[in-house]
Amino acid sequence: MRYFLRRTLHAVFLLFGVSLLTFLFSALTPGNYFDEMRLNPQISQETVAALRAQYQLDRPLPVRYAHWLKAAVRGQLGFSFAYNSPVAPLLWVRARNTLLLTITATFLSWLLALPLGVWSASKFGRAPDRVLSSATAALLVIPDLALALGLLILAVRTGWFPTGGLVSLSFDELSAFQKIRDLALHMALPVTALVLATLPMLIRHVRASVAEVLDAPFLRAAQGHGIPHRKLLYSYALRAAANPLISLFGFSVGTLLSGSLLVEVVMSWPGLGPLLLESILARDLYVVIGSVLFSMIFLVGGNLFADLLLYWADPRIRAAASAK
Amino acid sequence: MTQPRKLTKWLVVLVLLHGIVVAAGFFAPYDPIEQDREHPYFPPMHIHTIDAHGHLHVRPFFYPLRLREGSFDQYEEDTTTTVPLIFFDRGARYHLLSFIPFRLHLFGTAGARIYLLGSDAYGRDQLSRILYGGQVSLLAGLLGAGVTLFLGALVGMAAGYYGGWRDELLMRFAELFLALPWLYLLFALRAFLPLAVSPLEAFLLVVVVIGMVGWARPARLVRGVVLSVKERDFVRAARGFGASNIYLLRRHILPETASVLFTQAAILVPQFVLAEMTLSFLGLGVPEPMSSWGNLLATLQQYNVLVSYWWMYLPALAIVPFFLGYLSLASALQERTSPYKIEEKTSWNLS
Repeated sequence: MRYFLRRTLHAVFLLFGVSLLTFLFSALTPGNYFDEMRLNPQISQETVAALRAQYQLDRPLPVRYAHWLKAAVRGQLGFSFAYNSPVAPLLWVRARNTLLLTITATFLSWLLALPLGVWSASKFGRAPDRVLSSATAALLVIPDLALALGLLILAVRTGWFPTGGLVSLSFDELSAFQKIRDLALHMALPVTALVLATLPMLIRHVRASVAEVLDAPFLRAAQGHGIPHRKLLYSYALRAAANPLISLFGFSVGTLLSGSLLVEVVMSWPGLGPLLLESILARDLYVVIGSVLFSMIFLVGGNLFADLLLYWADPRIRAAASAK
Repeated sequence: MTQPRKLTKWLVVLVLLHGIVVAAGFFAPYDPIEQDREHPYFPPMHIHTIDAHGHLHVRPFFYPLRLREGSFDQYEEDTTTTVPLIFFDRGARYHLLSFIPFRLHLFGTAGARIYLLGSDAYGRDQLSRILYGGQVSLLAGLLGAGVTLFLGALVGMAAGYYGGWRDELLMRFAELFLALPWLYLLFALRAFLPLAVSPLEAFLLVVVVIGMVGWARPARLVRGVVLSVKERDFVRAARGFGASNIYLLRRHILPETASVLFTQAAILVPQFVLAEMTLSFLGLGVPEPMSSWGNLLATLQQYNVLVSYWWMYLPALAIVPFFLGYLSLASALQERTSPYKIEEKTSWNLS
């Protein structure tokens, strides 16, 4: 329990730090959303000044931050100038879409990486392992931008997958089953891009950490006792190799979030990525801060989940935590 | 292959690759911003040695393209005229290393323009634009890595050497930067810098933004090295002789961190080239008419380009050999610095 509390405290500290950091960056901003308005002769200077005052852009930074923080704790993340609506509901919808994409991609890539990595490690140094290692090396040198664009071109030219958007225009008229199918088809492309981008790194780590464990005497003993090969690999070796892999899980969430940002923009998936880009171009201050914060919440959430998993999987950590 | 040889091999590969990009003017047949509005979106042309009548030509040649009959965007080879390639041709003026005036090109043509990798919406040669674009993207990556490593080394040495509350403060700060997904961080930084700027300013901006993003990891690694080095005998001895902190850091501690910094450089450069590509692709980086690998890809955001003109995708592949070179160099460097290798542990296997 204390272990979990400490990790949560750490997460809160991180969130607080990130919000402070983004606010500090915003202080460096030359110009804001209302500067363009000021150039418009149809809008009087008083109106602009009034708007600035309304959104408190004329107040000093610490005051603004304190104000924002007070509201943020209550779930209000400021006001979007461009959308003329509160930021939080705007972000929720987008964040849901991003989550849908990243959670599916995380799940799928681990589902593929674990057996492939274990298999590769069990054939260490022989032909299958070499083939798989070269395949991951080849995937590793293709940047995710090239990967996403390549997949998009493939989809456009073959017409197998819809390109862009969350669902088809006729989504509301479809039956429940067709709705799921439609969503899955739209997700296929971005998820494939994300999985292909993270998969090589995951496979390599799984392979390395399992191969390391395979040398251990306890496994040789287990093999000597005639325990079946598959059981040996998956319930003995994998469990012993779990610790670094679970830490990697937390890390992979971060990579996926970054990858997702790019893939969403390329494939016009209505997630946080396109919103962030839009708000940057429009100088929509609070939306930028909100999106960065949301991505951070996901990341921290992923890491907390990894910590919990670690606590559950690694008796050493449980022992250390209860000893304190 | 032994490690030093592997290291040399990839270093040579990288030097060659960079050489091609540095001498873009020589390898590119045309000026990258020279337009030919008559020939938008020309597909890549083929070089022939045997013509339509089966005759062998000593000099490689190509057929100019013409519109297929009844079509408005499909081209075919016009086999009535052959246009020979001229090697070591004196073509458009350019500046080698941007200050030596030069006119020599690897190849050129008399008459029709050749588009080996196709042309873009303004009839600009894609091959030339990719080669020149590489200069921008790679320079951004290299300078960005330079800035990052400088910041990282500075912070890492300060934290490791002085320790105490400074160490605590700096490392907590680094943790923040490490925790943020790096693309979000890149965007957040970019968000708060001016949007409408001149191409050169935009380039410098991109370098600064990229350079500010990644310093945390090298800083942590450098700190680790400094922590162990500062207790070593030669450092203590130097301190005993009355060496100042600055002198110790510069003369004795900095050299020890070199291998970490070099490995980090090999990892960071391709990542930062990609960062430049991403920013420019999204219109937040280097603007037209300057070409970079990122903004060359930006046209792919238009649906009709994506459908009809596949050669506009080629700039995305330009980075792949550089990625391969840098990643292999990084792994060779890593193997050299830490002799622990998983590959050697094949003594016993489950089978």
